[in-house]
Parts: sequence; structure tokens; C-alpha cells
Amino acid sequence: MRNMLRGVTPHGVWLWLLTGGLLAAATVVQAGSKDDPLLSSLRVTQLEARDGEDGNPGVLEADAWLGYDLQKLWLKVDAERVAGITEEAQVQALYSRAVAPFWDLQLGLRKDFQPTPDRSWAVLGVQGMAPYRFEIDAALFLGESGRTGLRLNVEYELLLTQRLILTPEAELNLYGQNDEAVGAGAGLSASEIGLRLRYEIRREFAPYMGVNWSKKYGTTADYAKAEGEATDDWQWVVGVRFWF
Amino acid sequence: MTYFPKVHGRSLQAGFSRRRFVTGLLGGSAALGMMPALGTLAAPSGPHLQGAAAKGPEVISGHDFQLDIGYLPVNFTGRDRVATAVNGSVPAPVLRWREGDRVRLKVTNHLSHDSSIHWHGMILPTSMDGVPGLSFDGIKPGQSYEYQFEVQQNGTYWYHSHSGFQEQTGLYGAIVIDPLEPDPVTYDREHVILLSDWSDTAPEDIYANLKKQSDYYNYQERTAEDLWQDIQRKGVAQTWRDRAMWNQMRMSQADISDVTGSTYTYLINGVTPAAGWQGLFQRGEKVRLRFINGSAMTIFDVRIPGLTMTVVAADGQNVEPVTVDEFRIGTAETYDVIVEPSADSAYTIFAQNMDRSGYARGTLTPDPAWQAEIPALETPPLLSHRDMGMAMAGMDDRHGTSQKHDMQDRHDAPPMDGMDHSQHSMGNKSGMQTMGETHRHHAPGQMTTSELGKAGFGSTATIQHVRTEFGPQVDMRTAEPMDGLPDPGVGLRDHQQRYGRRVLTYADLRNLTPTRDRREPSREIEIHLTGNMHRYMWSMNGVKFADAEPLQLTHGERVRILLVNDTMMTHPIHLHGLWSELETGDPERIPRKHTILVQPGAKISYLVTADALGRWAYHCHLMFHMPGMFREVRVSHGGVS
Repeated sequence: MRNMLRGVTPHGVWLWLLTGGLLAAATVVQAGSKDDPLLSSLRVTQLEARDGEDGNPGVLEADAWLGYDLQKLWLKVDAERVAGITEEAQVQALYSRAVAPFWDLQLGLRKDFQPTPDRSWAVLGVQGMAPYRFEIDAALFLGESGRTGLRLNVEYELLLTQRLILTPEAELNLYGQNDEAVGAGAGLSASEIGLRLRYEIRREFAPYMGVNWSKKYGTTADYAKAEGEATDDWQWVVGVRFWF
Repeated sequence: MTYFPKVHGRSLQAGFSRRRFVTGLLGGSAALGMMPALGTLAAPSGPHLQGAAAKGPEVISGHDFQLDIGYLPVNFTGRDRVATAVNGSVPAPVLRWREGDRVRLKVTNHLSHDSSIHWHGMILPTSMDGVPGLSFDGIKPGQSYEYQFEVQQNGTYWYHSHSGFQEQTGLYGAIVIDPLEPDPVTYDREHVILLSDWSDTAPEDIYANLKKQSDYYNYQERTAEDLWQDIQRKGVAQTWRDRAMWNQMRMSQADISDVTGSTYTYLINGVTPAAGWQGLFQRGEKVRLRFINGSAMTIFDVRIPGLTMTVVAADGQNVEPVTVDEFRIGTAETYDVIVEPSADSAYTIFAQNMDRSGYARGTLTPDPAWQAEIPALETPPLLSHRDMGMAMAGMDDRHGTSQKHDMQDRHDAPPMDGMDHSQHSMGNKSGMQTMGETHRHHAPGQMTTSELGKAGFGSTATIQHVRTEFGPQVDMRTAEPMDGLPDPGVGLRDHQQRYGRRVLTYADLRNLTPTRDRREPSREIEIHLTGNMHRYMWSMNGVKFADAEPLQLTHGERVRILLVNDTMMTHPIHLHGLWSELETGDPERIPRKHTILVQPGAKISYLVTADALGRWAYHCHLMFHMPGMFREVRVSHGGVS
């Protein structure tokens, strides 16, 4: 544990504490015989090492919820660490309410701890399943100084067998204006396309491997070039997905 | 207190005495430490009892019973678990009563939380019905409750807890009631076949898993391989068309059972398939098998290869004998069948789960050393468009002949005597408006129609979806529900053509004696079974029990209940305290049931005579549907009508 925390920024510590808290909360499952017990869940959908030309980041994508059938509190965490330094860390805290059989409306706050300077956003999102079983998470972000952002994440699960599951995933990020300090340019800023093959040893535990392709566009790409970073990168990924 | 009644000259003792020896021998040690205070202790029947022949719970008879609910260490799967037992036995002891007797049952709760016992299918005063919150407050830890009632019926029934999820942990047992009059069914020997499902996972955890991932237990989903086979067989375009509806609706064609053999071990009389329960017979005997589905979440398809079965009773009530090769038994239903094994050989009682993910197995044999071949599980079925309540569409299946089956299914289905469903669409405009207005003034789902279908022939109403059915809690509404009556059900529809097996349907059931209440229904109550599979929420008319008003019935009235299944699951719907008189097309011989299987995307209707005052439970008997898909039925003098 000491090694894990060494060299971590204060924000990183905060993130670890938060994750720990979610883990603890998720273990308190209060299911009774009532039809709608208070339940909680923690899902680490990506905990992976990436191997690309532009460094070998470790990536965490996790969420946790607490609530009932139609109303839940959500926390969503996205973090990326390269060489022991947290380069990206975002947390969203959302109130989620079912508005249609397959759709939840989500309202809340997003805080970007990394990159610095940190940014805060209000979040208006929808999460659910579209026809043809596409899992959708789309959110509009409203920040300080008139900043706006849009994120669209689409995922599909293809069962090769009952336990071997191929998951294509695509994410687009757009911003309303340039924010050079954090390297985000107006318009389509970045995309990520992944293909992961997991094996569900149990429903709750599945190691996986796959590929991930990320690309930066327009002004965002210009900012990256100025920093000496690549604007697109192919990465091999290996990781584990688990929930409870 | 314990005696073994004689049945038509032959004693049950031969069948049961061995069991008694086994339980007597092992009982004390098995339950040591957990419930030392209890008098009657029987061993759990598990793999560790292998080698013992006929096994099963003890039979207790008489008028006065002491039933002790307590913990019992069991091991069905190789892992030690704690079950909920009655008198140290899982299943609970077989209770043998006599029609006309007054029985007293003192039930003591030795658990650390509330418990209760409901006498399933018994006609009795509401305070004796055993439903916490409706009949009484439940039985607190350390407390007792004395049930006392007159036994007004005979046949095969069962009893189980109505608290928490205790049915899955073992609190269920058989009730056999000997008739006062000579039994119209003759037989030489009888066996209770109590089917159940056991999981090493606590029921609360299973429920939570389903809420988090509704297909958690389904390991029979369609895969890329199925897709590839479909494309090779039908081409890309047809495959796309066949799957389009399912994909658009975000539903799985392979969603047959919520909880499957991936966690359940299926038991006969508390014995695993590996150990194999045994029932003895002598060649030439007529054997009465009293099948009871005491499972929490499982619908079984039962057959005994090599034997035809003559169904003589359904839900304890005698029916005109009908000979079948196979029957589906919904959760909480009972069927009595007669078999006549003429050969000197063993037979396998094979009860496969509806989704073919597992089976319960026992052996009927003249010799305890014999076993019969165990059939293979069949290919898991797929839902068809009819199960979505879309009558027009073809059906896909896993057997490769695609639409043919569904077409044949519908055309070969037994004709409904006197029922012409084309009339249903007549539903005149004024009638519809009347119903619409009724909605606005009454609780949703209660409809009064001036033109009701004739008693015994079923509802002729045009179905309506009430406002409460629209919202995030409901993911499907049938457009054109089929008649569930002549439908053998998902996975059985092609068995006649495919295997030459005759499968029982509700259309086959005719009561042995004439219908008692010959009145026409005075009104009709339309109830839709609803849910959101993905969110794992269940309700009636889109409203869950916690938010629902009671259904009001006036004492003495004869009403029709029309159930419309707006889900793709098969729901066993159980009405407490009052008979559900299934409208099978013959008003003279209406069968009386306590639990009615409602086929997916289909409708079915039955008559109810509200002859018992009080508060009654009315719910889906699938344990994890029950918390939401539940109504109180309140029978009162001068209720709302």
C-alpha cells in the first residue's frame, strides 16, 4: 500500500480514498424481502495496463451506485496514470432517475482533478440501452467561464460463448471552447475506440485483453503536438473487470 | 400420533417405513448442535445419504400437530449450508389429514427472525391462512401460533413459509388429505413427488444479483455461434428480420427462467438428482403419484419415459382422467397422476426445468438396486413472437425448422369447444368507452362490462392497457395476446410433432364433478401481469404491491378475472382462500385451481366465487416476482362493485 501511494499527488490520494469508500459501501447490501431493497454495487469496468508507443498508462474506469429500482446515486471514476503520475482523474457524482424502461436521466457534478488546473462541471446525462442493445452513456457538461463539453460512450456486448464476451466500445469527447491549460480544444477533441475480449470466470470477475485506439483532433491535437505528445496511439490492453 | 393409513387394501407402511428407519437412524447426529431441543429430528436428505433407498420426509397424521421451524445443517452440493426446516426435516414432514376433520397445528418459530406457514390451496378462515400482514402478524422468533381449521376438501396440497424468502431455504412440505367419501381414483400405492430447488446462495443475494444483472443466471443466451448458424441456414436478410424485433425491444429470446440450474440443484422429496429418490412398486400395481411443485423459482416439465400418465387431479381437485406423456407443472401447482408400470423394470421420473438448465430425478422401481436410464436434457427453448403477444409473427427455435413449428402449433392446438376467438375483436365501441370511464372512477384494472362472455367460455373483452402500465417500470405490453389455455407452453409446443409425446394443456382439464356455482359472472376484472425484466421489477397493471389498493370483492359475488401477461415470463398466479375456476370451454365441468400458469404474452380467464370474507393474498408464486406482482384481495359485505 505504501508503495502504491508513494509519489501520488494529493488528488490521487483523494481518489484512492474515494475508491476505498465505494468498496466499503458496496459491501453493505441490505436486501430484504421487500420488492425494492436498498442495494449498492461497485463495478470496475476497466482496470487495465496499456502498452502503446506513447507511454504505458494504467487506466481505471469504475462506477458505483447506491439506491433503489428507479432512483440511484452514482459515482463514476475515470483515471489514467503514467509512470506513477496521475495524468487524468475525473469523478462524477450523479443523481439518477429512471425515465423510461431502458433509460435513466442523470444529474450531478463532475470534477476533474487532473490534469491541472482542476475543472468543475455540472452534468446532465442519459444512460441506458438503445434498441439493438447498444449501451449508451451520453452527457452534457457545463463548466465555469462558459465551458461546455459533450461525451458519448457506446458499448456493445457480443457473446462468443456464454462466458467469452467481445466488447467493442467507442467514446467521443467534444468541447465548446478552447481550454489550453488542460489541452482541450473546441469541437471534436478526442475519440477512443476499444475492443476487449473478456472471459467471465464468474459473472463478477473477468480478465480481459484487447486493443485501444485513441486519437486527438483539431486544436486538441495541436495542443498535444506542442507538448510533444502523439495525436493518436494504438495500444494493447490487458486488465480485469469485476463488480459486486 | 403417527400412523400409516391404509389405502385400498395396501398399506403405505411398506413405502414409508423404510424412510422412517433412515430418518430415525441418522436424524440425531445430522442435526446435532443446531436444534438439540427438538423432539422429532430427521436427517436432511442429501448426497451423504447415498445408499439409502426410498427416502423423503416423514409422514405425520392425525388431528394435532406440533411443527417446529428451525435451522438445519444440510449439504446438497458438497458445501455445508444451513436450511430452514420443519421438525428437523427438509422438505417438511408430509401432513396427512382426513377430510371433515378439524386439525390443530401449533407452529413454533425457532428462527432468529419472523416466520409463518401458509397452507397452500386450503379453503379456510383468513386468520388461518398464514400470510403475515394480511392473515396475521407472522410468528415472531420464539413464539408459536396455533392454526386450527376444518378440512373441507381432499387431495394433494402443500404448505410453505410466507415470510421472507424461506421457501428457497427449505420451508415447504406436502399435505395429503384423504377423502371422506370413497375415492373416485383407485390405486394400490402412492408416492408424494415434491419438486423443489435448492441453492447454496442465499435467496436475498440471488434477488440482489438479478436486480444488478437480470440475466445473471442465464448461461443459455444466444451466442455468435447461433448467429452464424442462423445466417447459414436462413441467410443474412432473414436472420436480421427474425431477430429485429428482439433487438429493437432489447429482449432476449433465451430468457426463459430467471434463476437456473447454474445455481439451483433440483430435488425430489429433498433428494438430489445425483443421489436419486426412489419410490417402490410391485409389478402390476396402479401407482398414484402426487406431484407438487414446491420450488421457489422453477417450472418443471415432467415425464416418466416408458410410462403414460393419467392425470386424475389438478391442484387437489379431481378431474376427468386424461392420459398424457408429459406435463408442465408451474410453481405451486399440484398434479396427481396414475401410472401402471407393467414391466418388471425401473423407470426414471424426469422433471426438467423449463429452460433445460437442470433437472430433478427419481426412480420408480420394484427393486431398490435398480436404476433406469436418465434422459438427456433437451435443447433450451427460445421465446417466439407469440410470447411477446404478437400473434402474427413466425417463431424461431433452436431446432432448425424455424417458422413451421409455430404455424403447426397454432393450427394443431386443440380446438376450443364453443370458443370463437375471432369474436373477441368485435368489442363494440360503446363497451370500450364504458370501460374507459370505469377506469377513471375506479382503481386501475377494474372494469365493469355490460356484455360479458358466458361463464366457462372465457372473457370476450377487448384488452386494454391502463395508464399505470406506461412508465419505466414496464418494458412490454402485449399487442395481441394469444389464448393461453390450449398452449402447452414455451419449449413444449413441438413435443407432439417432434417426439410424439402428448403434453397436457389447461384445455384438457375438466372437473370430475359438475360445476357448483352455475351463475354467470356479474363483472370482469382485467389484470395485467407487468414488469421490467431488465430492471427486474414486477407488478400488476404496472403498480407494485407496496403502492396498490386492494382488489375489492363483494361477499357472494361471482366475478371473472382476466389475466393478461404483458411479460415474456410464464407466471404462476395464486389466489388464496378462493378457488380460481379456469374457463376451459365447458361450463358444466369447470376445473377449480389455486394456481394458474399464465403463458407469456397471452391471456387466460377464470371465475371466482367470493364466498370467503377477509383479506387474501393474490400473487405470482415465483418467489422473486412475488414482492411486486402481488395484490391484496379483500372480500367484504357490500364492497365496491
